[in-house]
Amino acid sequence: MIEVKNIYKSFNDFQVLKDINVVFEKGKTNLIIGQSGSGKTVLLKSIVGLHEVNNGDIIYDGTVFNKLDFKEKKEMRKQIGMLFQGSALFDSATVEENVMFPLNMFTHMSHEEKRERANECLKRVNIVNANKLFPSEISGGMQKRVAIARAIALNPKYLFCDEPNSGLDPQTAILIDNLIKEITIEYNMTTIVNTHDMNSVMENGDKVVFIYKGEKWWEGSRDDIFDSDNQQLNDFIFASKLSQKIRDLKNHV
Amino acid sequence: MLLFYHIGRYFILLGRVFSKPEKWKVYYRETIKEIEKQGLSSIGIVAIISVFMGAVITIQTAYNTENPLLPTYLIGLGARDSILLEFSSTIVALILAGKIGSNIASEIGTMRVTEQIDALEIMGVNSASYLILPKIIASVFFAPFLSLLSMLVGITGGWLAGISTGVITTENYIYGIQYAFIPFYITYALIKIVVFVFLITTISAYHGYYSYGGSLEVGKSSTRAVVRSSIFILLFNVILTQLLLS
Repeated sequence: MIEVKNIYKSFNDFQVLKDINVVFEKGKTNLIIGQSGSGKTVLLKSIVGLHEVNNGDIIYDGTVFNKLDFKEKKEMRKQIGMLFQGSALFDSATVEENVMFPLNMFTHMSHEEKRERANECLKRVNIVNANKLFPSEISGGMQKRVAIARAIALNPKYLFCDEPNSGLDPQTAILIDNLIKEITIEYNMTTIVNTHDMNSVMENGDKVVFIYKGEKWWEGSRDDIFDSDNQQLNDFIFASKLSQKIRDLKNHV
Repeated sequence: MLLFYHIGRYFILLGRVFSKPEKWKVYYRETIKEIEKQGLSSIGIVAIISVFMGAVITIQTAYNTENPLLPTYLIGLGARDSILLEFSSTIVALILAGKIGSNIASEIGTMRVTEQIDALEIMGVNSASYLILPKIIASVFFAPFLSLLSMLVGITGGWLAGISTGVITTENYIYGIQYAFIPFYITYALIKIVVFVFLITTISAYHGYYSYGGSLEVGKSSTRAVVRSSIFILLFNVILTQLLLS
């Protein structure tokens, strides 16, 4: 479980996050949604410690993460996996080397054991026969899956995904969403996904947090969305004609 | 004020770079890769430039000492001292600033803007140390060899130019390069090149590491890295010359 308490974050004089309070539950896919520029990525990066918050606490299962020193944070981070918007695979390393990287750094496994674990993770994300390819030689969807394989290589307790299906076609996006959901349950992780993809919200939103202009505007489950009378949330979720039709149909039923 | 900000941030980065590695074996492997990438791949350009510079120095020295009162072996002596004292360290370092400096800044800068450095940090890896320390070790280790190579090839280039243009005979050239030889000049050149490549690597890494934005910014960082490395090479050239030769 990750608890975010009274988080404030500003860049110079620009206040990006204002008094965010939210609890992300274990074994669930927690989604942060909001418009571009609403502060979703800053919130996610603040939670993982890539941005120092100005005020407030980020608590990982009872440990105040943002109060830890450099060494303690480094230790804690071994329990964290993250999938970046652009995959962030090391482009000078092959697919297999990318997945083996955290194993090389933090385990005392033999080379064979590391390869076996890397292949296990790659198989889990349905990547076969691509071990020797470089990230530039595989598709965007495959890159995302390799990044997931790398993120789960050390059996993390927490998984963070920043816009996991941006730039992907709808079918591949659903595949990635399902993979994240399955892995969350399988590894019993606390997963936080940053997205503005409505399919993800409807398919994966065990818990949904809506950020509007740097503030938490709404939270609930995907089913609660249809009953919400929050204007900004409705404007955001039902922006397209298709989603409006779905809402009307659901209300009609 | 901005200058102090950069100096402070540079030393903070160095503090992170020289912290204990997570795993020596991984760092060792990275260092070997860097020796290949920075050192071995620079042999060609250093050798080509050295042979031509040696040739030009010899011809120019011959032109400037065209006097029946001056012995011709002075051409060899002048070429040797120019190559040993200045060319094989300072000029080679300026060449390396262009080659490896821009390479380091753009490589690390690209990793920054594509979130690869964030990915390292999230994994619990000290990204500054992992990315920069092997480059420093590799360049500091390999640069003296490049400098020695440059001396050898430069002097050979001078000899080739001297005999092919007829400005000096082989005997006089060899006599000249041996005449009043001070072995400390080699030590002086090697000390200089080690300091210079340390500056190149760390300044370039600093600019790459703190890149932001997109490819345009990475390009600017790369240019800044080369320009500032070159300025610091010239500044430290004066300082080291004063310290070591006065």
